[in-house]
Amino acid sequence: MIDLNLVIEVLIIIFKVVFVTMVLFSLPMPLTWIERKVAGHMQARLGPWRVGPHGLLQPLADTIKLLLKEDIVPENADKFLFKLAPIISMVPAFAVFVAIPVGDSFKIPFIEKTFTLYISDMNVGILYVLAIGGLSIYGIILGGWASNSKYSLLGGLRSAAQMISYEVALSFAAIGVVMMTNSLSLVDMVRAQDGGFWHWNILYLPVGPVWFAVFFIAALAEINRVPFDLPEDEGTLAAGYHTEYSGMRFSFFMLTEYVAMVTASALAVVMFFGGWNAPIDFRTIEILTPITSVSWIYSCFGLFWFTVKVSFFIYLFMWIRFTLPRYRYDQLMTVGWKILIPICLGAILVTGFMRI
Amino acid sequence: MLLSYLPVLIMIGFVSFMAIAVLLMSAVFSPKNPYHEKLIAWECGLEPVGEANKGRFRVHFFVISILFVIFDVETLYLFPWATLLADKSISGFIFVEMIIFVAVLALGLIYAWAKGALEWV
Repeated sequence: MIDLNLVIEVLIIIFKVVFVTMVLFSLPMPLTWIERKVAGHMQARLGPWRVGPHGLLQPLADTIKLLLKEDIVPENADKFLFKLAPIISMVPAFAVFVAIPVGDSFKIPFIEKTFTLYISDMNVGILYVLAIGGLSIYGIILGGWASNSKYSLLGGLRSAAQMISYEVALSFAAIGVVMMTNSLSLVDMVRAQDGGFWHWNILYLPVGPVWFAVFFIAALAEINRVPFDLPEDEGTLAAGYHTEYSGMRFSFFMLTEYVAMVTASALAVVMFFGGWNAPIDFRTIEILTPITSVSWIYSCFGLFWFTVKVSFFIYLFMWIRFTLPRYRYDQLMTVGWKILIPICLGAILVTGFMRI
Repeated sequence: MLLSYLPVLIMIGFVSFMAIAVLLMSAVFSPKNPYHEKLIAWECGLEPVGEANKGRFRVHFFVISILFVIFDVETLYLFPWATLLADKSISGFIFVEMIIFVAVLALGLIYAWAKGALEWV
């Protein structure tokens, strides 16, 4: 005898997973367009302009171009690992998104079933994100090593050293948030920041901004964005770990990078900026009660606020990319080990003292 | 409980499927014209000298990875502690405990620092 409710629940899960995967697969297309437009306007240029109105069809053209490119496998490469590496790096970047809540649960009108705007509320959410997010390193270091090219090898090694160095700082920042909200679940974290922007973790004075600064710098390094994009330093390393890749396999690495950027933005919002919570708690304003008391309308507002905040962070990442120069490698390691980790150890003591 | 981890499995399966489907599509449409010059590793146009992946790299990367293992395991110990901190009956005691733990952690960092494990010259 099969439980009908269980079947429905599994079907809903499959639907959500397919939907989120499709969104994440197509999200890099608008993001590359926006990134190039932002770059163009910051440097007093127009950015993409020729393909379609305002260059809107440029990402589509790029996709078709990448799809039609020859898939080159160097003859000295470890062929199996070389072909596998882009997939290894891509799958964890998507899998992280299972734990990220984009909105609250609500009751579907008329049929009285709750529908959650997150795929899974696992009780070890933040630990899961750190663990699976860390797996992307394997793809990068395997890709760099299997290419059997000096530039790729150096890029892969640099990347691995950089990512594991900042992984420590990122874990510490996560511990800080866990201390402020007393839960490992990302959904509980957002619920703990309910009720106006002064409840958000970023304003948990005096340690909130410190934890956010640590998290943001570590996240920049984790997702290999400027000013920490040394693994793909064109000036010294050609293209770093993906020097030998071409066509679709190359674009998988790019896809990973954009998905990681979205994930980092979403994590920043969930951990420090109240997730789907509005800056002002609209439920306390009495005139709006007829609207906000309907749970699905309120959830839609939550989704709106989440999207706005995540978009801001994505823009911030682009803004930083076209504003700051790149660090030198020894400076990068100094920031990670000699500045961020001592700050974290101090901030843990201060936060702990505030919580007892 | 198990149902909250099922999406992970489905997600990994579906993304792998999509990746392989896209690669197959690319294999159908893309040209195939490999020759020796195209297939050698890129080294600014010269013939590559020696093998890159025969295990020659700076020892310092290895030192960093050992430091990472130590510090990451230590952060893992902090996670259960951080969730227990809300329990007022034991929070004072475990806070003192954690001061000792963080002090040991800091001592390890100072040792690595003094030994020059964090220097890149």
